[in-house]
This record gives sequence, structure tokens and C-alpha cells, in this order.
Amino acid sequence: MKSLTALAIPLVFIAILLAVWEAVCRLSGVPAYLLPPPSAIGASLVEGWPLLLSSAWNTLFTALTALIVASLLASGLALLTALSPVLERAIQPVAVTLQVTPVIAVAPLVIIWAGLDHPERAVVVLATIVAFFPIFSGAVTGLKAADPDLTRLFDLYGAGRLQKLLRLRLPSAVPFLLEGHKVAAGLAVIGAVIGEFVAGSGGAQGLAWRILEAGNRLQTARMFAALFVLAVMAALLHALLQLAERRALVWWRGR
Amino acid sequence: MTASLTNVEVDYRGRGRVLGPVDLAIGEGEIIALVGPSGCGKSTAMRLLAGLEQPTRGVVQRQAGRGETSLVFQAATLAPWLSAAANVALPLELSGLDRRTARDRASEALARVGLSGVDASRPAQLSGGMAMRVSLARALVTKPRLLLLDEPFAALDEITRRTLADDVLTLWAELKPAILFVTHNVEEAVYMASRVVVMTAGPGAIAGEVAIEAPLPRPAGFRVTETFRADAETVSALLAKGMERAA
Repeated sequence: MKSLTALAIPLVFIAILLAVWEAVCRLSGVPAYLLPPPSAIGASLVEGWPLLLSSAWNTLFTALTALIVASLLASGLALLTALSPVLERAIQPVAVTLQVTPVIAVAPLVIIWAGLDHPERAVVVLATIVAFFPIFSGAVTGLKAADPDLTRLFDLYGAGRLQKLLRLRLPSAVPFLLEGHKVAAGLAVIGAVIGEFVAGSGGAQGLAWRILEAGNRLQTARMFAALFVLAVMAALLHALLQLAERRALVWWRGR
Repeated sequence: MTASLTNVEVDYRGRGRVLGPVDLAIGEGEIIALVGPSGCGKSTAMRLLAGLEQPTRGVVQRQAGRGETSLVFQAATLAPWLSAAANVALPLELSGLDRRTARDRASEALARVGLSGVDASRPAQLSGGMAMRVSLARALVTKPRLLLLDEPFAALDEITRRTLADDVLTLWAELKPAILFVTHNVEEAVYMASRVVVMTAGPGAIAGEVAIEAPLPRPAGFRVTETFRADAETVSALLAKGMERAA
């Protein structure tokens, strides 16, 4: 009963918001290209559904590809920094500098490097850059987060550097890695959208391109429909990763 | 002699001297309780004997072979991602013993501390007392010659800590390792030890020691005997003197 109420409250709020929005549009006569009523957005959603769905899949595929690439790169580099303090000192400043540089400023360069004929590659690279840091910093922090007393026991029992890495530091880093991947998944979608915007070409047929395309044609209802699909997709991805994180933590902790 | 500290001093950068000079000899199969105020360097002495720290001055003689010295902390310090048996088997596996033999010996060690049937349980599924028993089993699985217990019962309720104290004495009677244990609890020290060493406030030095004559392991009624009370009072008086000296 309590969970039903919890679900009903935001739904009722959204329904009221949509009703007010619809009424304002109809009564004020505001042009549809400026603010389309929810009914027009719904119609556009139904009408453009197959195209929006395939575009959503493109964006999602890009984001997931970027997430996998970022995961491999960030975890690998974090492992290298864990193995060698010299490497850590070498990599950390470069990583931080890249992190604080706005990805949008790097985008034109990435597009040139990826090849102007392959905007989809540039989009994956840009989304990877954005998704890289939460995983990298989570992994670096996690690899240093082993219980100090447990570390002392490993020393006492004569564990070698590799044994400590594989049997203590890596397992200790799991919660941090999970959190990093959850944040990175959301950022990968944002990165993919930014990449598609910057690529600004029909070569990257994701949701951002649909928004751009509809905007250029003043099809504001279509823009809203694409935006709606994007928001739902990102929310579902976040929920899925949250669930995966919770399950994985239960496995890690044993309850 | 199992281990000893000879004229040992430890200085920390920025904090100055934290321990010493200290002379302490631990005989074969002896149980020594180390009591003293917080910050007097008891845990530092433990870490020296475990080889986890080096003295600034003086000589540390210790059991340096793999598994010859074991350590139990105030918290159970178990790896949450490993089962109870895997936690106990860890020292054996790290020393290169094959997994199956290590797990078999871990099961035996768990049974010895009264924990049969929890092999597959994770630390989060165990009570505080059970987790501490797992920690004890891990320390004993290598059959150490020196067992270091750093306030092992401090986080437990009174009933559990008394039961565990008895269990440690029973295990000691079976395996006869030398035991050095740190405690703030004078009664616990007198009940468990053959010798109570009292330290002064930091930087800790030895304020004195009291030999507890009653044979080990102690009978159930030992805590209410005149001897127990007299020994506890002697230790308390030494502790108070050690604090005065520091003040």
C-alpha cells in the first residue's frame, strides 16, 4: 500500500503538470513551434516511434560501447598505477588534466582524428572520454582502500605484491568499481549525446541527431518526443545499473 | 625464548618517542598480558614482534618464519568477500599450500574454535563473537609459536568476551603457543595470563610486572578467589603508579 502511494504521488503530479501544460497551450494560442501541447508531442511520439526507437538504440549502443572501452582502459590503467608508484605519479596528472578539460572543447580534434567520414567513431571516443574518469578514479581509490589491518595480515603472512593485488586490493576495490561504472554509464549517455551534437551530421544517427534535425525543421513536438525517449532511456539504464550494483554488492558482502 | 624486545625504542617522525626503552622476553608457551593506558605503545610493541614495524633503536628477536607468528586484532578483520573457511585458509594459501588441503585444515581450525558448519558463511552473516572466533581460527591454522592478540575482545559484550577468554585458554592448552595479548581490562589480564606486564603512559616503558601463580587454564571459580583479587589490585596499583610517573 505504502509503495503504491509512493508510486501514485509522482504520477499524479505529472498528470496535473501535463493537464496544465495542455490547457495553457490551447487557451493562450501559443504557436506549436514554440511550445507544442503534450497531445501533439504524444502524437509525434506515436508517429515517429520506429525511427525514434532505432535512434535510441544507436545512442544506447554508442554509450554501451563507450562504457566497455572506458571500463577496460580505466581499469587497466588503474591497475598499472597500483603496481607502480612511478607510473601512478606519471599517469595521475595527465588523467586529471584531461578530466578538467571540457570534452566539448576536445570534440573538434577528435572528429578530425576519427576521420570526418566516420562521425560515429568520434562519438564513441568522446563518450569514452567522459565515461573514463569515474571508473578510473573509483578504481584508483578502491585499490588503495583495503583494510589496513587486513593489509598488515597479508604482510605478516608473507604475501607477495601480486598476491596482495589479486587477493586483497582488487576484491577490496569492487564496491568502488561498481559505483564508478554506475556513474560512468549515465555519463556515457551524456557523452554520446554531446558527441552526436558536435558531430552534427547524419552519419551519427542517434537521438541527439533527431533532436538537431527536428530543431532545424522547427518540428518542436518531434524534439520533445526525442527528448522524452532519451530521458526514459537514461533513467532505465540508471535503474538497471543501480539494480546490478545492489545485486553485485550483495554477492560481494554475502548478504 | 620465543621472542624478545631488548632495549627497544620507537620514534615516529613528528610525534617523537612513542615506545621505550622496553625490555620484554616471552618464553615458550608463556601467556603474557600487556596492560597500560591508551597511547602507551602496546600495539606498537605488537607490531614490532609481528615484524610489521622496525625499532628505531634496540633489538627485536621474533619468530620470523611463515605462519610462526599470528596476529588477531580488536576487530575480526575478515575479508567480507570470502567465506569463513576461505578467510581461515588464507594464510596457508598465501604460503603456497594447495587450496584443497588449506580448506580442509581451515575446517578443522573452525571446528576447534567451536564453529562447525559455518565454513560457507560470509563474515556479514556471523555475529561479532563468531567473527572473532573465525579470526582466532585463522591465527591458529598455521600452528604459530607466537600468538599476538591486540585487544581481541574489546568490541564484544561481557558474556562473549568471557567465553572467548576461556576458549583461548583451552586452545592454548592444546597447542601451547606463547601468547602476548594487549588489554585494557585488568581482570581479563589476571584471569588469562601467567604474567601481567604493566606499561607506563606514553612513551611506554615497563612499570612493573606481576606473576600470576595459579596454574593455567584457570578453574571456573578463579575470578572470585582471594588470589585473583589480590593480583588484580597489584596490577591496578602498578597501572596507577605508571600513570603518575607519566603525569
